[in-house]
Amino acid sequence: MPEEVSNPMEEAERMENAGQKRNLDIRGLVCPYTFVKAKLAIEDMELGEVLEIVLDYPEAVHNIPKSMQDHGQKVLKVEQTGPKEWIIVVRKEKD
Amino acid sequence: MEFSDSQIQRYSRHIILPEVGGKGQKKLLGAKVLLVGAGGLGCPVGYYLAAAGVGTIGLVDDDVVELSNLQRQIAHSTSTIGMPKVESAKRTFEALNPDVNVVALKGRLNKDNITGIIEEYDLVIDGSDNFPTRYLVNDACVLSRKPLVSGAILRFEGQVTTLIPHEGHCYRCLFEAPPPPGLVPSCQEAGVLGVLPGVIGALEATEALKIILGQGAPLKNALLIYNALSASFRKVKVPRNPKCPVCGENPTITELEDYDAGYCQMG
Repeated sequence: MPEEVSNPMEEAERMENAGQKRNLDIRGLVCPYTFVKAKLAIEDMELGEVLEIVLDYPEAVHNIPKSMQDHGQKVLKVEQTGPKEWIIVVRKEKD
Repeated sequence: MEFSDSQIQRYSRHIILPEVGGKGQKKLLGAKVLLVGAGGLGCPVGYYLAAAGVGTIGLVDDDVVELSNLQRQIAHSTSTIGMPKVESAKRTFEALNPDVNVVALKGRLNKDNITGIIEEYDLVIDGSDNFPTRYLVNDACVLSRKPLVSGAILRFEGQVTTLIPHEGHCYRCLFEAPPPPGLVPSCQEAGVLGVLPGVIGALEATEALKIILGQGAPLKNALLIYNALSASFRKVKVPRNPKCPVCGENPTITELEDYDAGYCQMG
């Protein structure tokens, strides 16, 4: 697959928003609402912004990163932070 | 607007789709669709538009529910026999989805009222069962530049097409004038398989959702024909006719007319 050519305007927007972080707590939610909530949060963000998701539904630890990648977003981190708690960090790459 | 928790649940399978998402769902909730006819086609079209969360559905029909309708007109029921179809369908659609506002317009479209009515809507769906209305709706949509999804059914066969005025074909590019009264059998004379309007209505609703969402390719310059007996779909190209009397280069129809004379007006 050819390398995606980045749009200079989008690139500028990414740079401007880089480092800005939002948080989303979806503990207590199950699939598919885990991803639905995460997707709605991403839609409201600007390109380059980062979303940190806290969750406790084990299945979503695999599903959210996969779906985010399928939708063109960049998964930066998936980390277990407790016996039944994880964080997923995603950067918005695509509107 | 922000989605409520119940809206997030109701529309979750839309929101998950990359082609819809929260943004697309908000477009659907903000959309206004006029549905002509609350019969065989209007029932499934309105049912699915309501389920999808199309925020405003205008519904035009002048008929009341009869027992003989219930073999195919799934928004009505035994308990609504005798009730105006627009009222019966409004109850069904709003019960399915309280996000939806159904504007019940009991009456018939004519050359004097149609322009003012379609003005209020983003697109029009034709589920009428007669040629006078079909041509009137076509001409009004061309003159007002409103997208129109048109469907028709008879016996075991149905067709769907999407008209984007002045971009693609119109109904008159396909069939220039209504057939003479009496030549074409009505559903009353020829019968119709009860599930057929479900298939064609679902296709019409799909076309409408695609237009609202701005996704995919509508049936512009094309007619999709479904045959239930052979279980086959056929897609026929329909070029724009430069000599079309309403959307051609030198149109002869520049104002609306009624074609009612001599036609059977069954519901």
